[in-house]
Amino acid sequence: MNQNPWGSFNGGNWEQEIDVRNFIQTNYTPYEGGEEFLAPATERTQALMKKLNHLLEMERDFGGVLDVDTRTVTSPTSYHPGYLDKDREIIVGLQTDRPLKRGINPFGGLRMTREACEAYGYRLSDEVEKEFQYRTTHNEGVFHAYTDEIRAARHVGIITGLPDAYGRGRIIGDYRRVALYGIDRLIEEKKKDKAKLGTETMDADHIRRLEELHGQIEALGLLKEMAASYGFDLSHPAVNAREAVQWLYFGYLASIKEQNGAAMSLGRVSTFLDIYFERDLKNKLLTEEQAQEIFDDFIMKLRMARHLRTPEYNELFAGDPMWITESIGGMGEDGRTLVTKSSFRILHTLYNLGSSAEPNLTVLWSNRLPEKFKHYAAKVSCETDAIQYENDDLMRQKFGDDYGIACCVSAMRLGKDMQFFGARANLAKLLLMSLNGGRDEKTGLQVAPARAPYQEEYLDYDKVVEGMNFYRDWLAKTYVSAMNIIHYMHDKYAYEKTQMALHDTDVHRYMAFGIAGMSVLADSLSAIKYAKVKCIRDETGLIHDFETTGEYPAFGNDDDRVDSIAQEQIKLFLKALKKNPAYRGAEHTLSILTITSNVMYGKKTGSTPDGRKAGEPFAPGANPMHNREKNGALASLNSVAKLSYDVCKDGISNTFSIIPQALGHSDQERQDNLVSILNGYFLQSAHHINVNVLNRETLMEAYEHPDRYPNLTIRVSGYAVNFHKLSKEQQREVISRTFHEAM
Amino acid sequence: MNGIIHSFQSLGAVDGPGLRFVIFLQGCTLRCAYCHNPDTWAPNGKTYSIEEVVEKVLRYKPYFSRNGGVTVSGGEPLMQWQFVAELFRRLHREGIHTALDTAGIGDPEGARLVLLHTDLVLCDLKFSSAKDYLRYCRGNLNTVLDFLRQTETLQVPLWIRHVVVPNLTSGTEHIQKIADLAAQFSNLQRLELLPFRKLCISKYQAMKIPFPLSDYEECTGAEIERLYRLIENHLPQAARARCFSAPAHP
Repeated sequence: MNQNPWGSFNGGNWEQEIDVRNFIQTNYTPYEGGEEFLAPATERTQALMKKLNHLLEMERDFGGVLDVDTRTVTSPTSYHPGYLDKDREIIVGLQTDRPLKRGINPFGGLRMTREACEAYGYRLSDEVEKEFQYRTTHNEGVFHAYTDEIRAARHVGIITGLPDAYGRGRIIGDYRRVALYGIDRLIEEKKKDKAKLGTETMDADHIRRLEELHGQIEALGLLKEMAASYGFDLSHPAVNAREAVQWLYFGYLASIKEQNGAAMSLGRVSTFLDIYFERDLKNKLLTEEQAQEIFDDFIMKLRMARHLRTPEYNELFAGDPMWITESIGGMGEDGRTLVTKSSFRILHTLYNLGSSAEPNLTVLWSNRLPEKFKHYAAKVSCETDAIQYENDDLMRQKFGDDYGIACCVSAMRLGKDMQFFGARANLAKLLLMSLNGGRDEKTGLQVAPARAPYQEEYLDYDKVVEGMNFYRDWLAKTYVSAMNIIHYMHDKYAYEKTQMALHDTDVHRYMAFGIAGMSVLADSLSAIKYAKVKCIRDETGLIHDFETTGEYPAFGNDDDRVDSIAQEQIKLFLKALKKNPAYRGAEHTLSILTITSNVMYGKKTGSTPDGRKAGEPFAPGANPMHNREKNGALASLNSVAKLSYDVCKDGISNTFSIIPQALGHSDQERQDNLVSILNGYFLQSAHHINVNVLNRETLMEAYEHPDRYPNLTIRVSGYAVNFHKLSKEQQREVISRTFHEAM
Repeated sequence: MNGIIHSFQSLGAVDGPGLRFVIFLQGCTLRCAYCHNPDTWAPNGKTYSIEEVVEKVLRYKPYFSRNGGVTVSGGEPLMQWQFVAELFRRLHREGIHTALDTAGIGDPEGARLVLLHTDLVLCDLKFSSAKDYLRYCRGNLNTVLDFLRQTETLQVPLWIRHVVVPNLTSGTEHIQKIADLAAQFSNLQRLELLPFRKLCISKYQAMKIPFPLSDYEECTGAEIERLYRLIENHLPQAARARCFSAPAHP
């Protein structure tokens, strides 16, 4: 190894300590130009992509899963090396020994693994069944500790989607560290931390941390071993662009071999990698065509990442997502843009390889982003519907300029923060449960402590809101307790060794709570306040339906009368959560995000006072309810923009669909107008937006003839999906959403 | 002062430059055969004060960027010229771009007062002969041409718009005549050909009145492009560059 493995890079604190941000700041080259430098796909790339497309087609034909290895429990080193095309690949590494073959990961839960195998016509091997007889899985641990109350809340769906039977995910390893430092240096640092920790008095917390550090060091060794099986030596830092991508990807690959977390995000790698690309291009070691080829190959690998899931899981998180979220662009704290040529290169893969749901490309938007990059991103949106936008000006204030997005909307400082993911509570159901004195409106079961149900015929706003206070506190306590149990057990039985090895030893922890049914709740309370809502009871006195007469202001019309109700309700819920301490001193955060579970939440919720009938889907995330927006798209955006990011620090998801004809006459006009929409929306401190520019007719045709639209990508709720991978029910819900027309 | 308003559309991207907050006023005396908004004919409805409208508009100012703003449409906005003149005056005070989407009918003095605070006129030129104008719109073409001359005198930038109904207003001769009529105005910046659509039929059904053009076909994007090519050389240099718009996604 060289005396200085980093060659001509500018030095800085990053040499002394693990400090990737400092490396970026001292070495990167901001780019203010346009897309004209980009190179098209080479013949090699096209040939590989053709091969991959063929495999994807077979996977589709096989009902969504191409192959499952039912005998081998996944880990970084349990498979022989796998290739898409060994001779022609530039970046290598697969999760198992063959492309798209899925491994099994029973650490989260054996039953889930067994059922997932069976759902696709496989049988979990006896060896694995036997081996796991003598192990406690995360899922078992959780259910050993769950109280009856938590079980009941989970059963009726007032809290749903909890990561108690699958990997929690939403942890982003700082994969850049592998490339910048090499494994040996990382191990050395972890050993130092462990030695230092060893000088403390050993209480439970210290012992746990020591054991975790031991696991991290072991995992780094396995990562090196895995790379060696592909013929690479990761002990030292990467010396060129291709190695940097390969090293980084190996870090990610080892993580998804070890863990099957719901969201396994990538972080913020393109500008980091750009430093290596710029150097190689400057030294004429690479041409632009070769640089793009490396990116294309890397993205192809990410598009092959898979986990084996059960049908119930898919009901919550449809479309086989991995949330390989890559955060692109944004601004630095010193005012320079973090957009580089590689920000363009990674978006350009959507053209070179065709549109795709993964990786989940996320543009960090600032009003100060270079104009040419803004317009390029808008163009990509109009043409592919594959990217989402999040407000960098808002997040930079809280997370600095080296954060990434986990999953859809969860910001965290890379290598410094992690979160305990916690799905969501159903606030529409909270309202109904409050009216029914703690009984579930669907089953009649007494779930929460019994109190006198609402007595009168017509609903009175003040009395209803008063009644919610008690049950909100109950829900918050139950929810925090469930989360504490889950994450205690996850740390105990399914700790993310590789990913946490790529974090600082002392991390800040968030506990990420979520809410579903926000707009249903706001509209229901608005209906109670501004219209007349009559209760309809069954013979047991259970309020199971409503008769709403008169008009009420609905969320999504920029009407403060109802928007303020939404603002107040989220604030109250966070406050209630915070009354209950979170595991490991984590900071409570809140998101308004449903993924595709808004359909399932709707199914589990009775009729609501806003006029929504029992079983009908909720709007996704923080979206207004379908077709209640009467003042056009910007009014709808303004309503969502009023929801406070200070309250919902884990993100506020909004999905925006507009038909191309309503966005302008020409492509140029549409792109310009989309840029204006994004500028205006984010100027008002909005947090997130998914953009779809497409016609409802296209979706209806894809619904009828899925074979004709194998690659139709749409943004749903914080991520993109292949339309054909949604269930028919979810497809219908997407079609029924508001498409802003304004003709 | 109050205006009678049919509705607000917070995102208008096809009625003037950039993103527009569009205000649809109530009331129109024309009865154009292809009218898209028959529900705005009657001169009554919900009223709003200038303050209320300005307050609404200001909520969208962050979206207007360099070229967006407010478009007042209808109905026929000039029917309520006092309201529009005052609204535009107030919007100018806020630095907001104002566009008037009109058929060019109504009181000339009222129109003049509105135009003093108007940054852009979008005027429909529906038919090229007085006879057709009377027959299909129940209006007077000369009034429209007088209005257009007025915009020229006051040097308000002008976009002329024409709805293309296949087999009614799509003839070669007719389109060229429209282009020639438009070309005579030195303030013309753009001639827009808009495809006839029948999305409004449900409104007619709801109002239980017949849609006069129910037997006519909708106009395709390709047809619009063909007609643009046809009139390419009939427009003054200043307007030519801006009159062509690429077709929408097929």
